[in-house]
Amino acid sequence: MNIRALTAALAATIVLPMGVAKATDLEVTHWWTSGGEAAAVAELAKAFNASGNNWVDGAIAGSGSTARPIMISRITGGDPMGATQFNHGRQAQELVEAGLMRDLTEVAEKGNWKEVIKPASLLDSCTIDGKIYCAPINIHSWQWLWLSNAAFEQAGVPVPKDWHEFVAAAPKLREAGIQPLALGGQAWQSGGLFDTLVLALGGKEVYESVYVDKDADVAAGPEMAKVFEAAAQAREMAAGSNVQDWNQATNLVITGKAGGQVMGDWAQGEFQIAGQVAGEDYSCLPGLGISPYIATGGDAFYFPVLDDEEKSKAQDVLAETMLDPKTQVAFNLKKGSLPVRGDVDLASVNDCMKKGLDIVAKGNALTSTDQALSADSQKQKEDLMTEFFSSTSLSPEDAQKRFADIISSAD
Amino acid sequence: MTGHAPAKRPNQLFRNLNSKIASIPMILIAMGIFLGGSLWTILYSFTNSKLLPRLSFVGLDQYERLWNTSRWIVSIQNLAIYGILSLIFSLVIGFLLAALMDQKIRFENAFRTIFLYPFALSFIVTGLVWQWILNPEFGIQGIVRSLGFENFTFDPLYNPDIVIYGILIAGLWQGTGLVMCLMLAGLRGIDEDIWKAARVDGIPMWRTYLFVVIPMMRPVFITTLVIIASGIVKVYDLVVAQTSGGPGNASEVPAKYVYDYMFQAQNLGQGFAASTMMLLTVAIIIIPWAYLEFGGKKRG
Repeated sequence: MNIRALTAALAATIVLPMGVAKATDLEVTHWWTSGGEAAAVAELAKAFNASGNNWVDGAIAGSGSTARPIMISRITGGDPMGATQFNHGRQAQELVEAGLMRDLTEVAEKGNWKEVIKPASLLDSCTIDGKIYCAPINIHSWQWLWLSNAAFEQAGVPVPKDWHEFVAAAPKLREAGIQPLALGGQAWQSGGLFDTLVLALGGKEVYESVYVDKDADVAAGPEMAKVFEAAAQAREMAAGSNVQDWNQATNLVITGKAGGQVMGDWAQGEFQIAGQVAGEDYSCLPGLGISPYIATGGDAFYFPVLDDEEKSKAQDVLAETMLDPKTQVAFNLKKGSLPVRGDVDLASVNDCMKKGLDIVAKGNALTSTDQALSADSQKQKEDLMTEFFSSTSLSPEDAQKRFADIISSAD
Repeated sequence: MTGHAPAKRPNQLFRNLNSKIASIPMILIAMGIFLGGSLWTILYSFTNSKLLPRLSFVGLDQYERLWNTSRWIVSIQNLAIYGILSLIFSLVIGFLLAALMDQKIRFENAFRTIFLYPFALSFIVTGLVWQWILNPEFGIQGIVRSLGFENFTFDPLYNPDIVIYGILIAGLWQGTGLVMCLMLAGLRGIDEDIWKAARVDGIPMWRTYLFVVIPMMRPVFITTLVIIASGIVKVYDLVVAQTSGGPGNASEVPAKYVYDYMFQAQNLGQGFAASTMMLLTVAIIIIPWAYLEFGGKKRG
């Protein structure tokens, strides 16, 4: 901020309290810090500021697993922010049950959320005892394979059409000095890769009986054994990618140093920021090119209960703004995610997003693992997967046994 | 009182009244926060508390799950390796440095500052610095390779089998300076005459150190031991900054397990069970030692 802006801001703090319409500051915490994500948040802030309020950005770096503990301890510790991001599902469930979150049912009824939000499972995840506690903002799905066209050209193989072709092309990529599969070191990335393999290679029934019904017999069964074999192949392909953050791994694909990455559709934003064109510079395969299904979760905003009347009003405005059709389009185009409304105009979306929209429109959207499993079970699964993907000493058979144990005690 | 009252033995409770009043806040804090907090934690470790604490008891379930979790076992092993090696190496290196420093060398102040300086850095900074130094592309491996040794490999932080030693290096770099200073202070406290006597008797210098000086420095060693040991049990930030527990869970430590399960996994019960185990470990080490050190005979 330059001096003049600072002076103006200081002057404003003196003048404004005397004015009638006071801009209310609302702190919004989130973990959107990569290039594409930050650009998307700026759209939200712009729309909220246009309503006469003031967006105070509370970005927390280091991905959701770092940010969520900070958010939760602020809310439970009695220093709540104005609004906060969580993933759809059960991450904030206990906070809602403890009465720490604001009931948004009125806003939702006014905005007719029940009609416009597609798929309906998103709003269901926000609903506890018939009341709506969060505003879904986007749809994300994990089941995407991002491929660098340049890398495959260099290796002299055609760009794969599905996961099996990708596995077959891996040795060629290695020969050409290219990392076949980019995988960041953080545990949630290994967990997501595995879940993607479960849905793509195991199919819808296996995915749902393992994660939604928590059937330990299926988890220990032959179908899952195949998935674990595939995971072992993925482990070989990922060996040697020494990066931590997901966007660093995506960057390996963007620069052609890696052949591909399995990552959610938020990776799309990174390709966009780098000025790459879907179909020409990179390819995307939803469901790894095999499964017609994707599992849709996403981000939602929760609004902690505040004492301040003004701020509570501003919270309602923010919730409305987030579901506004214009904001939905502007935000989701930058973010690379799909809008939660079925009724918005998306003429400007690119190839990859069209594929995603088609799948959702066909009704092939399944429950995400964040919605199906508690944070505790998710964490145990991530711990197992990060161990599996980093060390070849854990055999697929042993890993499957431990996986079945986790599922049998999952909640 | 006009002086004829019999001389009564002063009430023990009111002796040094001022200092007793002054220490009341500290006593309250210690009782309330440390003792109370510990007891609360132990109590709730027998419950199935998730994100928020609640009293619904599940017996030893949390402990059973804890000891069946491979990540916890790995954490304990890592702590044992890190703890034993860092105890040995920081004492040995620290003492050697102090002994060398004690040879009336030139620029002693400058050397002392250099060796002590890492201690002024937090573990987070230390971890980040060593993360870069040990990074295969930019650090030692990259430099040696650019000198022409193409096959040189040194990437401890990316090899699950040796990652804990990469953390140990950073820990030692940070901690030995302090040990050196403590040892140096101890060495300076040894009477000159003892050295003279040893020289008159023709005892070689190394034997004087080993059999005369070190036994005389017992209190310094005990202090140092306590400082190093408490640093080992709570090691957390160094791991977070250097590897965040990776690759996989090869460099996990117990303190990180506690944090991750309490806050990321939203499972307070599991986190409390793990922290109670940490407390138990410390108690097992401290209580016999304290008994030997302070029990039995009274010291002035």
